[in-house]
Amino acid sequence: MDFTFTEDQLLFQESVRDFLVNEVTPERIRASWETDSGRDPALWRQLAELGLTGITVPEECGGLGMSALDFVLLAQECGNVALPEPLVHTVLVAVPMLQDIGGDLAAHWLPKIAAGDARVVVGLAQNLVVEDAHIADLLILQHGDTLVAATADQVELQLNESIDPSRKLFTFALKSGATPLATGAEAAPLVSSALNHGALGCAAQALGLAQRMIDLSVQYTSERQQFGKPIGSFQAVKHHMANIAVRLEYAKAPTHRAAYAISLQQDIAAHAVSHAKLAACEAANLAAKNSHQVHGAMGYTWEVDLHIYMKKAWALANTYGDAGFHKARIADHIFATGAALGAGATFA
Amino acid sequence: MDLNFTEHQIAFREEVRKWLADNVPAQVLQTFDTAEGFKQHREWEATLNKGRWGMVTWPEALGGRGCDLIEWLIFEEEYYKARAPLRVNQNGIFLLGPTLMEYGTEEQKARILPKMANGEEVWAQGWSEPNAGSDMAAIRSTAKLEGDKYIINGQKTWSTRAVWADWCFGMFRTDPESQRHRGLTFILVPLNSPGITVRPIPQLDGLPGFAEIFFDNVEVAVENRLGDEGAGWSVAMATAGFERGLMLRSPARFQETARRLVELYTKNRESADNDPAVKDAVLRAYLDAESYCLTTYQTACRLNKGGKIGAESSTNKIFWSELDQNMHATAMSILGARAELLHHAPAAQGVGTWLDGWLFSQSGPIYAGTNEVQRNIIAERMLGMPR
Repeated sequence: MDFTFTEDQLLFQESVRDFLVNEVTPERIRASWETDSGRDPALWRQLAELGLTGITVPEECGGLGMSALDFVLLAQECGNVALPEPLVHTVLVAVPMLQDIGGDLAAHWLPKIAAGDARVVVGLAQNLVVEDAHIADLLILQHGDTLVAATADQVELQLNESIDPSRKLFTFALKSGATPLATGAEAAPLVSSALNHGALGCAAQALGLAQRMIDLSVQYTSERQQFGKPIGSFQAVKHHMANIAVRLEYAKAPTHRAAYAISLQQDIAAHAVSHAKLAACEAANLAAKNSHQVHGAMGYTWEVDLHIYMKKAWALANTYGDAGFHKARIADHIFATGAALGAGATFA
Repeated sequence: MDLNFTEHQIAFREEVRKWLADNVPAQVLQTFDTAEGFKQHREWEATLNKGRWGMVTWPEALGGRGCDLIEWLIFEEEYYKARAPLRVNQNGIFLLGPTLMEYGTEEQKARILPKMANGEEVWAQGWSEPNAGSDMAAIRSTAKLEGDKYIINGQKTWSTRAVWADWCFGMFRTDPESQRHRGLTFILVPLNSPGITVRPIPQLDGLPGFAEIFFDNVEVAVENRLGDEGAGWSVAMATAGFERGLMLRSPARFQETARRLVELYTKNRESADNDPAVKDAVLRAYLDAESYCLTTYQTACRLNKGGKIGAESSTNKIFWSELDQNMHATAMSILGARAELLHHAPAAQGVGTWLDGWLFSQSGPIYAGTNEVQRNIIAERMLGMPR
């Protein structure tokens, strides 16, 4: 029993954190909102050069051949800076999906993803809209009960604006030429695996977002003075923040466990992912609510950076399965006759 | 990361399970808040000790098994699954014991630990005073060194199990000129000393689960001082640290409550679902108990590898105490009109021990440092907010 990360995994997290905090500043995010695509090709190039786009791509395809477990701490760091680029989607959803599909499609696209030369996005019916479809070279789309692969010229996209200006969301219509990949019972496991991977990505990012909102709030309430002292010295304000810290502290291990279960394709993976997403998104939503409260009216402005992180947390909570979806999966597990529950059942 | 138990850990679990199956009394013991129940639980401690299962984390030389935290978690899982009796000497074994091992002299360890281990001497705590609750540094009870003994005067309160315990440990002001946390000394006091009056305080269930202790010129030999004179605060912080840390409430306890709650809900689903909030609360109880387990295992693994426990451990007590309250509140909702009935009431079908648990869960956010104090600690020491 060893529930810790390796030195290498922790060092990797540290170096990626340093890079992201330096590069993905609130100013850079705001600048991206003013561009047509909302995306920053120079940043994507940098991420590729660090090996991050190919982290889960097999080594023989030019990647690092790592697992979701190796990536989960990095996904937290992506959340911490509210990275607009679809790195988490690429690493946790698109690449595993291509690997599941295999064959020529995987052989063609995986090396390009690792090199940073192509972007592949996956669109699931569960999400209603497809993230970053406008910059994708290849789209793998759930269309009815069929999974199809379409190149950029084989789809017609319609932008759906999100409250989070960093999120670029699209509905689509297929033009001719898209390639069917799998249908019915063959497509279902691919879709379900992508959904679990995506939900894990949301959970990990939610942890980072919650931490960032705590950090911003601690800074703000330490500086802002009322009644002659920093408002952060008042217990009512402190307790708002402590409440976030409690929920966040207890959402981490479930998320790491989910990453482990997904990496090893354990039977419990779907259940573990639902637990992680519920816990982490609840922590992030509480972080948004309480952080906004302690920021007072400043938190309601466009100018203060809090909303960059708050809106992303709101969005992720209902992406790759909302709370109802994930609670239903937990309920199926625990209310089933003969379910293994209680002391000693967690790692059985 | 490897979330599988080793062969050694699996074998250890088997050994615990087998011993408990052979030794846990078939008849549920009376509560240790009665004289008879206290005696029964004292005997159970002796039985545990005979099998060397009383203090699995203590070193082997002291009658323990030198278990690491993972083995301790495994032991606790089997212990709660077996519905073995609560630990009447918890204050001694898990709080004072580790503190003694850190600060005690060889003579103190040899004199005190074996009797603690076999239940011969049960320990009560002497922290709180009428004017020193959350503000523990406001302690006023005094201990004055005269020759080779301390003369103790003052009053302690909320002393759990003091009614039938043999000893209490606590902090006393040895420097009358001192302020706050300076000038306090950690002293062990035999409760049968002349000059001590123990006044039982009935709890919500009417039983004397705690007591006031009055000290009137009580003489205590100087060899019962733990650590240096005036160093009481740091010794006490070590004790409180253990308490707030991992070992006060193991996840197994709450996972078993969550399991029973799921069972209660599924048995009463038809009526329970009239309140749509109930199903959600059951689900949350299960998830939070699992989160508590996963997080504790992660922390235990980190500590096993030499990591240190930090201010984040203050999140621990808030998390489990609120979980415990929520679980029992949900059970009360499911039981409906039966919830208020004592278990021997004629109409009390299937109420189990939920009412006792509900009462006890009310104390969780208060004892061992109120949750408000914990939140202050989290905000100031973990998050770095201004004082």
